[in-house]
Amino acid sequence: MPTLTVDGKQIEFKQGQTVIEAARNAGIDIPHFCWHPSLSISGNCRVCLVEIEKMPKLAIACSTYASDGMVVQTHSQKADEARNAVMEFILINHPLDCPICDEAGECKLQEYAYANGKGESRFEEIKNRKDKRVQLGPYIKFDGERCISCSRCIRFSDEIAKQNQLTFVQRGDHVTITTFPGESFDNPYTLNTTDICPVGALTNQDFRFKSRVWEMSKTDSVCIGCARGCNTEIWVRNNQILRLTPRHNEEVNNYWMCDKGRLDTFKNVNADDRVDGAYIRKEGQLQKTEWDDAIKIAAKKIKEFKNGEIAFLGSAYGTCEDNYAMVKFAKTLGVTSIDFSKHVVEGDQDDILIREDKTPNSLGAELVGVKPSSGGMRLEGILRAIKDGKIKALYVMEDDPASFSEEFEQAISKLDLLIVHAANQNKTTALAEVVFGASAYAEKNGTFVNFQGRVQRIRPAVSTSEMDRAVDGMNMSRWDKFGTKFDRWMQGHKYDAKPSWKIFTSLSAQLGHKLKYEMAENVFAEISNSVDAFKGLDYDDVGEHGAQLEIKQTATV
Amino acid sequence: MSVKKREKDLSILGKLYIPEIAKGMALTLKNMFRPNVTLQYPEVKFEPPASYRGRPVLVQEKNGVERCVACGLCSRVCPALAIEVQAGETSAEKERYPEKFEINMLRCIFCGFCEEVCPEEAIVMSKDYELVFQKRSDAIYGKDKLLVPVDNLRDRLEFLRRFK
Repeated sequence: MPTLTVDGKQIEFKQGQTVIEAARNAGIDIPHFCWHPSLSISGNCRVCLVEIEKMPKLAIACSTYASDGMVVQTHSQKADEARNAVMEFILINHPLDCPICDEAGECKLQEYAYANGKGESRFEEIKNRKDKRVQLGPYIKFDGERCISCSRCIRFSDEIAKQNQLTFVQRGDHVTITTFPGESFDNPYTLNTTDICPVGALTNQDFRFKSRVWEMSKTDSVCIGCARGCNTEIWVRNNQILRLTPRHNEEVNNYWMCDKGRLDTFKNVNADDRVDGAYIRKEGQLQKTEWDDAIKIAAKKIKEFKNGEIAFLGSAYGTCEDNYAMVKFAKTLGVTSIDFSKHVVEGDQDDILIREDKTPNSLGAELVGVKPSSGGMRLEGILRAIKDGKIKALYVMEDDPASFSEEFEQAISKLDLLIVHAANQNKTTALAEVVFGASAYAEKNGTFVNFQGRVQRIRPAVSTSEMDRAVDGMNMSRWDKFGTKFDRWMQGHKYDAKPSWKIFTSLSAQLGHKLKYEMAENVFAEISNSVDAFKGLDYDDVGEHGAQLEIKQTATV
Repeated sequence: MSVKKREKDLSILGKLYIPEIAKGMALTLKNMFRPNVTLQYPEVKFEPPASYRGRPVLVQEKNGVERCVACGLCSRVCPALAIEVQAGETSAEKERYPEKFEINMLRCIFCGFCEEVCPEEAIVMSKDYELVFQKRSDAIYGKDKLLVPVDNLRDRLEFLRRFK
């Protein structure tokens, strides 16, 4: 392999790589604004200037191709002086409004100004005034003064979102970004521009001014908006999710996620309609009950039915662990009618990220065995059997069959027993006999299998009442670490919910005691022992970026 | 065993003590005619100098709006984690204002870091040293108690301009 020397360090590179890419692979970060690993090279910010031996002038690392034997200095006196000069130019018209700007704390301009800037401005004239608070699209606010014209957002909408919606107008220091006349910046991926914007020019309307970035903890997770399973980070303050951002995973979502996934998949976690605890129907009303009592009552009620009269519905929203525990529980009861529903919106799919299947784990549910065993019925069969009165008890885990169709809703209301695990109240919980508050995806450990057959981990970011951030090893912000129960900021609400596998384990303790799990990892260990596709995997193998399953026959998802 | 000799034996006058007593009495007499420094608190209140660090307050501009833009730096720098800020959006030019600004006066250690870090000169240490609470919850000061008109803080702002 050819090699080049960067700051005295010999590094190997592939033919065709630029200096900045080669250095990045070797762990040397050359400052850059306009360059982005998945966008085309623009070379307009000039901040990546480096000194290359035998070249008469400094060269920009982002568009200079590495060649064998090249000697690059990123911090020679000449390079540092040039970088400082470039920073000074960029900062001339950049407003000093970091205290107001949402980007502060994760701003590249702020970081490089700190690392490379002089700390003082020689510019005494009046800064340029441009439009502020421009509503570029439904979710994006644009601040023209902060923009450093790196063109990342323009290239993103061209190359990644494949919609040519943004452009530069004017020239020189009057240059600004706008949409084409009469158009709104409204493709399904607009909010990625707020992530790649190196300054605070493009901000997320939904997150605007909600929190400073250093006040939140962030936890690696997976988006539940569709079967793609984009890798995300969950940002939490005061036990409340404030935003989601995409996390880089070359195999799944690269650096991106869609606006819908970013905005619509976390609000139910902090919603007012959460099921907070366990509920039993008494005198026609759902009443909050102690978990132990509710489990005992539910177990007693299940025992009243013959195994042919019971059906179980799993969920493609639930984790593999939850679905596996449900299947095992159903089988210990001798129940054969087990199925789950897919939530496919036909046609709502593109070649970028969005998938028709709107659940994160339909492949995983299938793999861990959420399907009828011999003699059992599929979903349609279960619906018919409920209408015919053959199935009298239905156990629903983390789904809402009452909103599948009116037919289903009517059938369900005829049941003798309906037990539901749900994170939020819905049409089914309104009809249920027993409701268990289920942890939302941001409150538990588990795995999802995306449409490619890639198993990925989710981790708890929000704490439920049975969890403790420190004891359970959850990520903590500074306030989480040092706050006491007397501090108001520590009084974010904790919902009384449990992961579904745990509820099945407690139920099983009342009925035969076949499930003995202490944590989600135990369930996964059993899955990897008993399901071929997961053979030999554990949580460490799945890791941050997931593991590809070897599936012989890919299910039609 | 030899008897230890004193370094300096007292003279006859010294042994008499009278001159020394007279010196002491003179000092006492001098102090009797000096101005009184003891204050009859709480009937008489102490008026601290501008450099005094009393409880931190928020500067309220003449139009009744706080200077604070809720940047959260005071909250970040506070070694005792006494400050909690929640920002909100305003249509005013400053874009951002504190929807909630709370200082837990039981946590506050009067170090003045919040004042030092503030980019807007919006939080300053006042001359107020009288802090009494009967409940924990009384010790959490919200914007209602923290906002002080800028005219009442001229001393401190002038001091900061000269010495900060």
